[in-house]
Amino acid sequence: MPDPSAAVARLAGAVKRYGPQRALDGLDLALQRGEILALLGPNGAGKSTSIGLLLGLIRADAGRVELFGRDPQQLAARRHIGVMLQSAALPATLRVGELLRLAASYYPHPRPLAESAELAGIADLLGRRYGNLSGGQQRRVQFALALCGRPRLLFLDEPTVGMDIEARQKLWAAIRRLRTEEGCAIVLTTHYLEEAEALADRVCVLARGRLVGEGSVDALRAQVARTRIRCLSDLDATAVAAWSQVSVAERDGDRLRIVTTAAEQVVRRLLDADPALRELEVQRAGLAEAFTELTREVA
Amino acid sequence: MNTTVSQASAIGHAAAAAAMPWRRVLGAYREEARAEILRYLRMPNFMLPLLLMPCLFYLLFGIVLAHANGPDAPRYLLASYATFGVMAPGLFGFGVSLAMERGDGLLMLKRAMPMPPLAYLLGKMAMALLMAAVVSLLLLAMAGCLAHAGLHPSQMVRLLVTGTLGVLPFGALGMLIGSLAKGQGGPGTVNLVYLPMAFLSGLWFPLSILPGVLQRLAPVWPSYHLDQLALQAVGLGHAGSAWGHVAALAGFTAACLLVAARRLRRYG
Repeated sequence: MPDPSAAVARLAGAVKRYGPQRALDGLDLALQRGEILALLGPNGAGKSTSIGLLLGLIRADAGRVELFGRDPQQLAARRHIGVMLQSAALPATLRVGELLRLAASYYPHPRPLAESAELAGIADLLGRRYGNLSGGQQRRVQFALALCGRPRLLFLDEPTVGMDIEARQKLWAAIRRLRTEEGCAIVLTTHYLEEAEALADRVCVLARGRLVGEGSVDALRAQVARTRIRCLSDLDATAVAAWSQVSVAERDGDRLRIVTTAAEQVVRRLLDADPALRELEVQRAGLAEAFTELTREVA
Repeated sequence: MNTTVSQASAIGHAAAAAAMPWRRVLGAYREEARAEILRYLRMPNFMLPLLLMPCLFYLLFGIVLAHANGPDAPRYLLASYATFGVMAPGLFGFGVSLAMERGDGLLMLKRAMPMPPLAYLLGKMAMALLMAAVVSLLLLAMAGCLAHAGLHPSQMVRLLVTGTLGVLPFGALGMLIGSLAKGQGGPGTVNLVYLPMAFLSGLWFPLSILPGVLQRLAPVWPSYHLDQLALQAVGLGHAGSAWGHVAALAGFTAACLLVAARRLRRYG
Protein backbone atom coordinates (compact mmCIF):
# COMPACT_ATOMS: atom_id res chain seq x y z
CA MET A 1 0.00 0.00 0.00
CA PRO A 2 1.40 3.41 -0.89
CA ASP A 3 1.68 5.78 2.01
CA PRO A 4 -1.13 8.34 2.00
CA SER A 5 1.38 11.09 2.70
CA ALA A 6 2.79 10.51 -0.76
CA ALA A 7 -0.51 11.45 -2.35
CA VAL A 8 -0.35 14.23 -4.93
CA ALA A 9 -3.75 15.49 -3.83
CA ARG A 10 -5.80 14.70 -0.79
CA LEU A 11 -9.10 15.48 0.87
CA ALA A 12 -9.37 14.35 4.50
CA GLY A 13 -12.71 14.63 6.20
CA ALA A 14 -13.60 17.54 3.94
CA VAL A 15 -16.88 19.25 4.76
CA LYS A 16 -18.44 22.02 2.71
CA ARG A 17 -21.83 23.53 3.47
CA TYR A 18 -23.94 25.81 1.34
CA GLY A 19 -26.49 27.16 3.78
CA PRO A 20 -28.11 24.22 5.54
CA GLN A 21 -27.11 21.83 2.76
CA ARG A 22 -23.97 19.74 3.02
CA ALA A 23 -22.35 19.62 -0.41
CA LEU A 24 -19.54 17.52 1.03
CA ASP A 25 -20.08 15.52 4.14
CA GLY A 26 -16.67 14.40 5.39
CA LEU A 27 -15.09 13.18 2.19
CA ASP A 28 -11.77 11.30 2.18
CA LEU A 29 -10.00 11.06 -1.11
CA ALA A 30 -6.34 10.55 -1.99
CA LEU A 31 -4.79 10.56 -5.41
CA GLN A 32 -1.49 8.80 -6.12
CA ARG A 33 1.15 9.72 -8.65
CA GLY A 34 0.33 8.57 -12.19
CA GLU A 35 -3.16 7.46 -11.31
CA ILE A 36 -6.26 8.17 -13.37
CA LEU A 37 -9.19 8.65 -11.04
CA ALA A 38 -12.73 9.10 -12.29
CA LEU A 39 -15.20 10.91 -10.06
CA LEU A 40 -18.72 9.81 -10.80
CA GLY A 41 -22.02 10.74 -9.28
CA PRO A 42 -25.37 12.30 -10.06
CA ASN A 43 -25.74 16.07 -10.23
CA GLY A 44 -25.30 17.60 -6.80
CA ALA A 45 -23.29 14.64 -5.52
CA GLY A 46 -20.30 16.82 -4.66
CA LYS A 47 -18.01 16.32 -7.66
CA SER A 48 -17.66 20.01 -8.49
CA THR A 49 -17.26 20.90 -4.83
CA SER A 50 -14.46 18.34 -4.45
CA ILE A 51 -12.65 19.73 -7.47
CA GLY A 52 -13.27 23.31 -6.33
CA LEU A 53 -11.61 22.48 -3.00
CA LEU A 54 -8.62 20.79 -4.61
CA LEU A 55 -8.13 23.75 -6.95
CA GLY A 56 -8.32 26.23 -4.08
CA LEU A 57 -11.39 27.93 -5.57
CA ILE A 58 -13.37 27.40 -2.38
CA ARG A 59 -12.40 26.74 1.22
CA ALA A 60 -13.49 23.73 3.24
CA ASP A 61 -15.60 24.36 6.35
CA ALA A 62 -13.84 21.47 8.05
CA GLY A 63 -11.24 18.84 7.22
CA ARG A 64 -8.01 19.10 5.28
CA VAL A 65 -7.31 19.80 1.64
CA GLU A 66 -3.84 19.26 0.23
CA LEU A 67 -2.27 19.64 -3.16
CA PHE A 68 1.31 18.31 -3.25
CA GLY A 69 1.30 18.61 0.52
CA ARG A 70 0.38 22.29 0.44
CA ASP A 71 -2.67 24.50 0.63
CA PRO A 72 -4.12 24.62 -2.92
CA GLN A 73 -4.58 28.36 -2.56
CA GLN A 74 -0.78 28.71 -2.68
CA LEU A 75 0.43 29.50 -6.16
CA ALA A 76 3.41 27.17 -5.72
CA ALA A 77 1.08 24.18 -5.24
CA ARG A 78 -0.94 25.00 -8.34
CA ARG A 79 2.18 25.34 -10.53
CA HIS A 80 2.08 21.52 -10.79
CA ILE A 81 -1.44 21.28 -12.06
CA GLY A 82 -3.29 21.71 -15.31
CA VAL A 83 -6.98 22.48 -15.44
CA MET A 84 -9.76 22.02 -17.93
CA LEU A 85 -13.06 23.26 -16.54
CA GLN A 86 -16.47 22.40 -17.84
CA SER A 87 -17.43 25.95 -18.74
CA ALA A 88 -14.84 28.59 -19.38
CA ALA A 89 -15.26 31.10 -22.19
CA LEU A 90 -11.75 31.97 -23.34
CA PRO A 91 -11.26 35.37 -25.01
CA ALA A 92 -12.81 34.98 -28.47
CA THR A 93 -10.58 37.51 -30.21
CA LEU A 94 -7.27 35.90 -29.23
CA ARG A 95 -5.60 33.38 -31.51
CA VAL A 96 -5.02 29.84 -30.29
CA GLY A 97 -1.24 30.35 -30.29
CA GLU A 98 -1.61 33.50 -28.18
CA LEU A 99 -3.79 31.70 -25.64
CA LEU A 100 -1.23 28.91 -25.36
CA ARG A 101 1.62 31.38 -24.94
CA LEU A 102 -0.28 33.14 -22.16
CA ALA A 103 -1.13 29.92 -20.30
CA ALA A 104 2.46 28.66 -20.60
CA SER A 105 3.76 31.89 -19.04
CA TYR A 106 2.15 30.93 -15.70
CA TYR A 107 4.38 27.83 -15.32
CA PRO A 108 8.05 27.46 -14.35
CA HIS A 109 8.95 24.84 -16.98
CA PRO A 110 6.33 24.81 -19.71
CA ARG A 111 6.36 22.61 -22.78
CA PRO A 112 7.38 24.18 -26.07
CA LEU A 113 4.25 25.57 -27.69
CA ALA A 114 4.43 23.22 -30.67
CA GLU A 115 4.61 20.17 -28.39
CA SER A 116 1.48 21.21 -26.48
CA ALA A 117 -0.34 21.81 -29.74
CA GLU A 118 0.72 18.46 -31.13
CA LEU A 119 -0.30 16.56 -27.98
CA ALA A 120 -3.76 18.11 -28.02
CA GLY A 121 -4.13 17.78 -31.79
CA ILE A 122 -4.47 21.49 -32.49
CA ALA A 123 -1.27 22.13 -34.46
CA ASP A 124 -3.37 23.26 -37.44
CA LEU A 125 -5.40 25.72 -35.34
CA LEU A 126 -2.64 27.90 -33.86
CA GLY A 127 -3.30 30.89 -36.12
CA ARG A 128 -7.10 30.78 -35.78
CA ARG A 129 -9.12 32.99 -33.47
CA TYR A 130 -10.65 31.07 -30.61
CA GLY A 131 -14.14 32.50 -31.23
CA ASN A 132 -14.18 31.08 -34.77
CA LEU A 133 -13.58 27.48 -33.68
CA SER A 134 -16.20 24.75 -33.35
CA GLY A 135 -17.20 23.52 -29.91
CA GLY A 136 -15.07 20.40 -30.23
CA GLN A 137 -12.04 22.40 -31.40
CA GLN A 138 -12.45 24.80 -28.48
CA ARG A 139 -12.44 21.82 -26.12
CA ARG A 140 -9.16 20.62 -27.63
CA VAL A 141 -7.64 24.07 -27.18
CA GLN A 142 -8.70 24.03 -23.53
CA PHE A 143 -7.04 20.64 -23.20
CA ALA A 144 -3.84 22.08 -24.70
CA LEU A 145 -3.91 24.91 -22.13
CA ALA A 146 -4.33 22.32 -19.38
CA LEU A 147 -1.26 20.30 -20.38
CA CYS A 148 1.05 23.13 -21.50
CA GLY A 149 2.73 23.53 -18.10
CA ARG A 150 3.93 19.89 -17.83
CA PRO A 151 1.49 19.27 -14.98
CA ARG A 152 1.98 16.42 -12.56
CA LEU A 153 -1.74 16.45 -11.91
CA LEU A 154 -4.41 17.24 -14.43
CA PHE A 155 -8.02 18.12 -13.62
CA LEU A 156 -10.39 17.33 -16.45
CA ASP A 157 -14.00 18.29 -15.87
CA GLU A 158 -16.22 16.66 -18.50
CA PRO A 159 -13.40 16.88 -21.05
CA THR A 160 -15.10 15.34 -24.08
CA VAL A 161 -18.50 17.04 -24.02
CA GLY A 162 -19.26 18.29 -27.53
CA MET A 163 -16.59 16.14 -29.21
CA ASP A 164 -17.26 13.64 -31.96
CA ILE A 165 -16.19 10.03 -31.50
CA GLU A 166 -12.88 10.40 -33.32
CA ALA A 167 -11.87 13.51 -31.37
CA ARG A 168 -12.83 11.76 -28.15
CA GLN A 169 -10.66 8.73 -28.98
CA LYS A 170 -7.72 11.03 -29.74
CA LEU A 171 -8.14 12.86 -26.45
CA TRP A 172 -8.27 9.56 -24.58
CA ALA A 173 -5.04 8.51 -26.30
CA ALA A 174 -3.39 11.79 -25.28
CA ILE A 175 -4.53 11.34 -21.67
CA ARG A 176 -3.06 7.80 -21.56
CA ARG A 177 0.17 9.11 -23.07
CA LEU A 178 0.52 11.80 -20.39
CA ARG A 179 0.05 9.18 -17.73
CA THR A 180 2.42 6.54 -19.08
CA GLU A 181 5.17 8.84 -20.41
CA GLU A 182 5.16 11.53 -17.74
CA GLY A 183 3.54 9.87 -14.74
CA CYS A 184 0.88 12.55 -14.72
CA ALA A 185 -2.01 11.88 -12.35
CA ILE A 186 -5.46 12.73 -13.65
CA VAL A 187 -8.75 13.52 -11.95
CA LEU A 188 -11.60 13.10 -14.37
CA THR A 189 -15.27 13.88 -13.95
CA THR A 190 -17.54 12.63 -16.66
CA HIS A 191 -21.12 11.81 -17.48
CA TYR A 192 -19.98 9.26 -20.05
CA LEU A 193 -19.52 6.04 -18.16
CA GLU A 194 -17.69 4.50 -21.09
CA GLU A 195 -15.13 7.27 -20.66
CA ALA A 196 -14.50 6.20 -17.09
CA GLU A 197 -14.40 2.54 -18.18
CA ALA A 198 -11.90 3.35 -20.94
CA LEU A 199 -9.53 5.49 -18.88
CA ALA A 200 -9.82 5.16 -15.14
CA ASP A 201 -7.59 3.04 -12.89
CA ARG A 202 -9.94 3.80 -10.06
CA VAL A 203 -13.47 5.06 -9.85
CA CYS A 204 -14.96 6.96 -6.92
CA VAL A 205 -18.72 7.18 -6.84
CA LEU A 206 -20.11 10.12 -4.88
CA ALA A 207 -23.66 10.64 -3.71
CA ARG A 208 -24.89 13.37 -1.40
CA GLY A 209 -21.39 14.50 -0.56
CA ARG A 210 -20.17 11.06 0.49
CA LEU A 211 -18.10 8.34 -1.07
CA VAL A 212 -20.47 5.44 -1.75
CA GLY A 213 -18.27 3.23 -3.90
CA GLU A 214 -14.59 3.04 -4.73
CA GLY A 215 -12.34 0.74 -6.68
CA SER A 216 -11.31 -0.30 -10.17
CA VAL A 217 -14.02 -0.46 -12.78
CA ASP A 218 -14.04 -4.27 -12.45
CA ALA A 219 -14.09 -4.18 -8.66
CA LEU A 220 -16.94 -1.74 -8.69
CA ARG A 221 -18.88 -3.90 -11.10
CA ALA A 222 -18.22 -6.90 -8.89
CA GLN A 223 -19.35 -4.95 -5.86
CA VAL A 224 -22.69 -4.76 -7.58
CA ALA A 225 -22.40 -8.26 -8.97
CA ARG A 226 -25.65 -8.37 -10.79
CA THR A 227 -26.49 -10.22 -13.96
CA ARG A 228 -29.54 -9.87 -16.13
CA ILE A 229 -31.18 -12.97 -17.55
CA ARG A 230 -33.86 -12.84 -20.20
CA CYS A 231 -35.65 -15.79 -21.80
CA LEU A 232 -38.90 -17.04 -23.36
CA SER A 233 -40.53 -19.25 -20.76
CA ASP A 234 -43.92 -20.08 -19.24
CA LEU A 235 -42.55 -20.21 -15.68
CA ASP A 236 -44.42 -18.20 -13.07
CA ALA A 237 -42.50 -14.99 -12.31
CA THR A 238 -43.59 -14.81 -8.68
CA ALA A 239 -42.39 -18.38 -8.10
CA VAL A 240 -39.01 -17.60 -9.67
CA ALA A 241 -38.74 -14.43 -7.61
CA ALA A 242 -38.84 -16.58 -4.49
CA TRP A 243 -35.75 -18.62 -5.55
CA SER A 244 -32.64 -18.00 -3.55
CA GLN A 245 -30.27 -15.37 -4.97
CA VAL A 246 -32.87 -13.96 -7.34
CA SER A 247 -33.38 -10.29 -6.55
CA VAL A 248 -35.95 -9.50 -9.23
CA ALA A 249 -38.10 -11.65 -11.50
CA GLU A 250 -40.83 -10.16 -13.64
CA ARG A 251 -42.77 -10.88 -16.80
CA ASP A 252 -42.46 -8.72 -19.86
CA GLY A 253 -44.92 -10.13 -22.39
CA ASP A 254 -43.68 -13.64 -23.30
CA ARG A 255 -40.34 -12.93 -21.75
CA LEU A 256 -39.18 -13.56 -18.24
CA ARG A 257 -36.68 -11.04 -16.87
CA ILE A 258 -34.50 -11.93 -13.92
CA VAL A 259 -31.82 -10.04 -12.00
CA THR A 260 -29.50 -12.19 -9.93
CA THR A 261 -26.19 -12.29 -8.14
CA ALA A 262 -25.57 -15.96 -9.07
CA ALA A 263 -26.25 -16.33 -12.76
CA GLU A 264 -24.86 -19.85 -13.16
CA GLN A 265 -27.04 -21.43 -10.47
CA VAL A 266 -30.16 -19.63 -11.59
CA VAL A 267 -29.66 -20.56 -15.25
CA ARG A 268 -29.18 -24.26 -14.30
CA ARG A 269 -32.36 -24.21 -12.24
CA LEU A 270 -34.28 -22.40 -15.00
CA LEU A 271 -33.30 -25.00 -17.59
CA ASP A 272 -34.29 -27.83 -15.22
CA ALA A 273 -37.64 -26.22 -14.42
CA ASP A 274 -38.59 -25.45 -18.03
CA PRO A 275 -37.11 -27.74 -20.72
CA ALA A 276 -38.99 -25.69 -23.35
CA LEU A 277 -37.16 -22.50 -22.38
CA ARG A 278 -35.81 -20.60 -25.43
CA GLU A 279 -33.78 -17.54 -26.40
CA LEU A 280 -31.76 -17.41 -23.23
CA GLU A 281 -29.71 -14.21 -22.78
CA VAL A 282 -27.31 -13.62 -19.93
CA GLN A 283 -25.73 -10.19 -19.55
CA ARG A 284 -23.41 -8.86 -16.92
CA ALA A 285 -24.28 -5.49 -15.44
CA GLY A 286 -22.11 -2.65 -16.81
CA LEU A 287 -20.64 0.25 -14.91
CA ALA A 288 -23.86 2.14 -15.59
CA GLU A 289 -25.90 -0.42 -13.63
CA ALA A 290 -23.36 -0.55 -10.85
CA PHE A 291 -23.37 3.21 -10.68
CA THR A 292 -27.16 3.47 -10.58
CA GLU A 293 -27.32 0.75 -7.95
CA LEU A 294 -24.72 2.44 -5.73
CA THR A 295 -26.24 5.88 -5.85
CA ARG A 296 -29.78 4.58 -5.42
CA GLU A 297 -28.94 2.91 -2.14
CA VAL A 298 -27.97 6.28 -0.69
CA ALA A 299 -30.88 8.25 -2.09
CA MET B 1 9.18 2.07 3.91
CA ASN B 2 11.98 3.09 1.54
CA THR B 3 9.57 3.70 -1.29
CA THR B 4 7.47 5.86 0.97
CA VAL B 5 10.42 8.00 1.87
CA SER B 6 11.58 8.34 -1.73
CA GLN B 7 8.07 9.20 -2.89
CA ALA B 8 7.74 11.81 -0.23
CA SER B 9 11.11 13.31 -1.07
CA ALA B 10 10.26 13.25 -4.78
CA ILE B 11 7.24 15.37 -4.02
CA GLY B 12 9.29 17.66 -1.81
CA HIS B 13 11.70 17.99 -4.70
CA ALA B 14 8.90 18.93 -7.03
CA ALA B 15 7.71 21.59 -4.63
CA ALA B 16 11.17 23.13 -4.66
CA ALA B 17 11.23 23.04 -8.45
CA ALA B 18 7.95 24.97 -8.50
CA ALA B 19 9.73 28.03 -7.19
CA MET B 20 9.62 30.19 -10.26
CA PRO B 21 12.55 32.41 -11.22
CA TRP B 22 11.47 36.05 -10.98
CA ARG B 23 12.15 36.60 -14.65
CA ARG B 24 9.50 34.04 -15.52
CA VAL B 25 7.07 35.51 -13.02
CA LEU B 26 7.62 38.89 -14.63
CA GLY B 27 6.99 37.19 -17.96
CA ALA B 28 3.55 36.09 -16.74
CA TYR B 29 2.72 39.71 -15.91
CA ARG B 30 3.91 40.82 -19.33
CA GLU B 31 1.97 38.12 -21.19
CA GLU B 32 -1.20 38.84 -19.25
CA ALA B 33 -1.03 42.55 -20.15
CA ARG B 34 -0.18 41.74 -23.75
CA ALA B 35 -3.13 39.34 -24.07
CA GLU B 36 -5.52 41.80 -22.46
CA ILE B 37 -4.47 44.65 -24.78
CA LEU B 38 -4.52 42.49 -27.93
CA ARG B 39 -7.88 41.10 -27.03
CA TYR B 40 -9.55 44.49 -26.74
CA LEU B 41 -7.72 46.11 -29.66
CA ARG B 42 -9.44 43.47 -31.77
CA MET B 43 -12.88 44.48 -30.49
CA PRO B 44 -13.66 47.72 -32.36
CA ASN B 45 -17.27 47.67 -31.16
CA PHE B 46 -15.92 47.95 -27.62
CA MET B 47 -13.04 50.34 -28.33
CA LEU B 48 -14.44 52.86 -30.79
CA PRO B 49 -17.36 54.20 -28.73
CA LEU B 50 -15.05 54.73 -25.76
CA LEU B 51 -12.56 56.66 -27.90
CA LEU B 52 -14.95 58.56 -30.14
CA MET B 53 -17.64 59.69 -27.70
CA PRO B 54 -15.55 62.29 -25.85
CA CYS B 55 -13.98 63.43 -29.15
CA LEU B 56 -17.38 63.98 -30.76
CA PHE B 57 -18.67 65.88 -27.74
CA TYR B 58 -15.54 68.03 -27.72
CA LEU B 59 -15.82 68.68 -31.44
CA LEU B 60 -19.42 69.78 -31.05
CA PHE B 61 -19.36 71.81 -27.82
CA GLY B 62 -15.71 72.71 -27.51
CA ILE B 63 -14.97 73.64 -31.11
CA VAL B 64 -18.03 74.12 -33.33
CA LEU B 65 -20.20 75.83 -30.70
CA ALA B 66 -17.31 77.26 -28.62
CA HIS B 67 -17.71 80.87 -29.72
CA ALA B 68 -21.01 81.10 -27.86
CA ASN B 69 -19.20 80.23 -24.62
CA GLY B 70 -16.40 82.75 -24.33
CA PRO B 71 -12.61 82.55 -24.90
CA ASP B 72 -11.82 79.97 -22.19
CA ALA B 73 -14.39 77.46 -23.42
CA PRO B 74 -12.05 75.29 -25.55
CA ARG B 75 -9.70 74.82 -22.60
CA TYR B 76 -12.44 74.42 -20.02
CA LEU B 77 -14.23 71.80 -22.11
CA LEU B 78 -10.95 70.06 -22.92
CA ALA B 79 -10.53 69.39 -19.20
CA SER B 80 -14.15 68.26 -18.79
CA TYR B 81 -14.19 65.92 -21.77
CA ALA B 82 -10.76 64.54 -20.94
CA THR B 83 -12.16 63.63 -17.51
CA PHE B 84 -15.30 62.20 -19.09
CA GLY B 85 -13.19 60.34 -21.63
CA VAL B 86 -10.82 58.64 -19.19
CA MET B 87 -13.61 57.57 -16.84
CA ALA B 88 -14.88 55.16 -19.50
CA PRO B 89 -11.86 52.89 -20.02
CA GLY B 90 -11.54 52.54 -16.25
CA LEU B 91 -15.20 51.83 -15.58
CA PHE B 92 -15.86 49.68 -18.66
CA GLY B 93 -12.43 48.09 -18.97
CA PHE B 94 -12.57 46.82 -15.39
CA GLY B 95 -16.28 46.78 -14.57
CA VAL B 96 -17.76 45.21 -17.67
CA SER B 97 -14.92 42.81 -18.37
CA LEU B 98 -14.68 41.61 -14.77
CA ALA B 99 -18.45 41.08 -14.57
CA MET B 100 -18.33 39.14 -17.85
CA GLU B 101 -15.36 37.03 -16.83
CA ARG B 102 -16.95 36.19 -13.50
CA GLY B 103 -20.08 35.18 -15.39
CA ASP B 104 -18.55 33.04 -18.12
CA GLY B 105 -16.05 31.08 -16.03
CA LEU B 106 -12.84 32.65 -17.36
CA LEU B 107 -11.94 34.14 -14.00
CA MET B 108 -12.55 30.80 -12.31
CA LEU B 109 -10.23 29.06 -14.76
CA LYS B 110 -7.55 31.69 -14.22
CA ARG B 111 -7.89 31.39 -10.46
CA ALA B 112 -7.47 27.63 -10.74
CA MET B 113 -4.43 27.98 -12.99
CA PRO B 114 -1.24 29.28 -11.41
CA MET B 115 -1.79 32.80 -12.72
CA PRO B 116 -0.41 35.41 -10.31
CA PRO B 117 -3.63 37.19 -9.19
CA LEU B 118 -2.01 40.61 -9.48
CA ALA B 119 -1.11 39.92 -13.11
CA TYR B 120 -4.80 39.80 -13.92
CA LEU B 121 -5.42 43.22 -12.40
CA LEU B 122 -2.25 44.80 -13.75
CA GLY B 123 -3.10 43.48 -17.22
CA LYS B 124 -6.43 45.25 -17.14
CA MET B 125 -4.74 48.31 -15.69
CA ALA B 126 -2.22 48.42 -18.54
CA MET B 127 -5.09 48.34 -21.02
CA ALA B 128 -6.98 51.10 -19.19
CA LEU B 129 -3.87 53.30 -18.95
CA LEU B 130 -3.20 52.87 -22.65
CA MET B 131 -6.79 53.76 -23.57
CA ALA B 132 -6.79 56.78 -21.26
CA ALA B 133 -3.55 58.02 -22.80
CA VAL B 134 -4.99 57.65 -26.31
CA VAL B 135 -8.21 59.51 -25.38
CA SER B 136 -6.17 62.32 -23.79
CA LEU B 137 -3.89 62.55 -26.82
CA LEU B 138 -6.80 62.67 -29.26
CA LEU B 139 -8.47 65.47 -27.30
CA LEU B 140 -5.17 67.35 -26.97
CA ALA B 141 -4.60 67.05 -30.73
CA MET B 142 -8.07 68.43 -31.37
CA ALA B 143 -7.51 71.25 -28.90
CA GLY B 144 -4.23 72.18 -30.52
CA CYS B 145 -5.09 71.80 -34.20
CA LEU B 146 -8.80 72.60 -34.36
CA ALA B 147 -9.69 74.66 -31.31
CA HIS B 148 -6.42 76.63 -31.18
CA ALA B 149 -6.77 76.54 -27.42
CA GLY B 150 -3.36 78.12 -26.97
CA LEU B 151 -1.96 75.55 -24.56
CA HIS B 152 1.62 75.70 -23.42
CA PRO B 153 3.49 72.40 -24.05
CA SER B 154 3.95 71.97 -20.28
CA GLN B 155 0.17 72.26 -19.87
CA MET B 156 -0.33 69.62 -22.55
CA VAL B 157 2.08 67.25 -20.83
CA ARG B 158 0.40 67.87 -17.48
CA LEU B 159 -3.03 67.15 -18.91
CA LEU B 160 -1.76 63.99 -20.59
CA VAL B 161 -0.29 62.74 -17.31
CA THR B 162 -3.41 63.73 -15.35
CA GLY B 163 -5.69 62.03 -17.84
CA THR B 164 -3.62 58.85 -18.09
CA LEU B 165 -3.17 58.33 -14.35
CA GLY B 166 -6.70 59.63 -13.76
CA VAL B 167 -8.07 56.37 -15.12
CA LEU B 168 -6.90 54.51 -12.00
CA PRO B 169 -9.64 55.53 -9.51
CA PHE B 170 -12.25 54.62 -12.11
CA GLY B 171 -10.56 51.30 -12.74
CA ALA B 172 -10.84 50.63 -9.01
CA LEU B 173 -14.50 51.68 -9.03
CA GLY B 174 -15.05 49.49 -12.09
CA MET B 175 -13.47 46.59 -10.25
CA LEU B 176 -15.83 47.15 -7.35
CA ILE B 177 -18.82 47.19 -9.71
CA GLY B 178 -17.51 44.11 -11.50
CA SER B 179 -17.21 42.29 -8.18
CA LEU B 180 -20.88 43.04 -7.44
CA ALA B 181 -22.51 42.66 -10.86
CA LYS B 182 -22.17 39.44 -12.82
CA GLY B 183 -22.31 38.58 -16.52
CA GLN B 184 -24.72 40.58 -18.64
CA GLY B 185 -25.58 42.85 -15.73
CA GLY B 186 -22.20 44.60 -16.08
CA PRO B 187 -22.75 47.19 -18.86
CA GLY B 188 -26.07 48.45 -17.46
CA THR B 189 -24.70 48.88 -13.96
CA VAL B 190 -21.61 50.69 -15.23
CA ASN B 191 -23.70 53.16 -17.27
CA LEU B 192 -25.89 53.75 -14.25
CA VAL B 193 -22.80 54.95 -12.40
CA TYR B 194 -20.92 56.58 -15.28
CA LEU B 195 -23.45 59.02 -16.71
CA PRO B 196 -25.02 60.38 -13.50
CA MET B 197 -21.59 60.77 -11.93
CA ALA B 198 -20.33 62.75 -14.92
CA PHE B 199 -23.37 65.00 -14.70
CA LEU B 200 -23.13 65.52 -10.93
CA SER B 201 -19.43 66.39 -11.12
CA GLY B 202 -20.10 69.25 -13.52
CA LEU B 203 -18.70 67.59 -16.63
CA TRP B 204 -21.85 68.29 -18.65
CA PHE B 205 -22.83 71.66 -17.23
CA PRO B 206 -20.72 73.92 -15.03
CA LEU B 207 -21.36 73.19 -11.37
CA SER B 208 -22.34 76.82 -10.84
CA ILE B 209 -25.63 76.35 -12.67
CA LEU B 210 -26.56 73.18 -10.74
CA PRO B 211 -28.71 73.39 -7.55
CA GLY B 212 -26.78 74.25 -4.38
CA VAL B 213 -27.21 70.80 -2.85
CA LEU B 214 -25.61 69.14 -5.85
CA GLN B 215 -22.79 71.67 -5.81
CA ARG B 216 -22.00 70.87 -2.18
CA LEU B 217 -22.26 67.14 -2.93
CA ALA B 218 -19.82 67.30 -5.87
CA PRO B 219 -16.61 66.60 -3.87
CA VAL B 220 -18.04 63.15 -3.08
CA TRP B 221 -17.48 62.07 -6.68
CA PRO B 222 -14.00 61.08 -7.86
CA SER B 223 -14.76 62.62 -11.26
CA TYR B 224 -15.08 66.04 -9.59
CA HIS B 225 -11.54 65.80 -8.22
CA LEU B 226 -10.11 64.57 -11.52
CA ASP B 227 -11.88 67.42 -13.34
CA GLN B 228 -10.37 69.94 -10.93
CA LEU B 229 -6.91 68.47 -11.57
CA ALA B 230 -7.50 68.59 -15.32
CA LEU B 231 -8.65 72.21 -15.08
CA GLN B 232 -5.53 73.09 -13.08
CA ALA B 233 -3.46 71.37 -15.74
CA VAL B 234 -4.81 73.68 -18.46
CA GLY B 235 -4.48 76.75 -16.20
CA LEU B 236 -8.12 77.18 -15.17
CA GLY B 237 -8.38 75.49 -11.81
CA HIS B 238 -8.88 77.21 -8.51
CA ALA B 239 -10.91 75.00 -6.15
CA GLY B 240 -8.45 73.57 -3.62
CA SER B 241 -4.83 72.48 -3.91
CA ALA B 242 -3.81 69.82 -6.39
CA TRP B 243 -2.54 67.55 -3.63
CA GLY B 244 -5.88 67.64 -1.87
CA HIS B 245 -7.55 66.30 -5.00
CA VAL B 246 -4.82 63.73 -5.52
CA ALA B 247 -5.25 62.55 -1.93
CA ALA B 248 -9.03 62.31 -2.36
CA LEU B 249 -8.58 60.21 -5.50
CA ALA B 250 -5.94 57.99 -3.89
CA GLY B 251 -8.18 57.38 -0.88
CA PHE B 252 -11.14 56.57 -3.10
CA THR B 253 -9.01 54.16 -5.16
CA ALA B 254 -7.71 52.37 -2.08
CA ALA B 255 -11.20 52.02 -0.56
CA CYS B 256 -12.67 50.57 -3.77
CA LEU B 257 -9.77 48.14 -4.21
CA LEU B 258 -10.01 46.96 -0.64
CA VAL B 259 -13.73 46.19 -0.79
CA ALA B 260 -13.49 44.64 -4.25
CA ALA B 261 -10.52 42.44 -3.31
CA ARG B 262 -12.37 41.20 -0.24
CA ARG B 263 -15.45 40.36 -2.26
CA LEU B 264 -13.46 38.61 -4.97
CA ARG B 265 -11.51 36.55 -2.45
CA ARG B 266 -14.67 35.49 -0.71
CA TYR B 267 -17.06 34.94 -3.59
CA GLY B 268 -14.84 34.65 -6.68
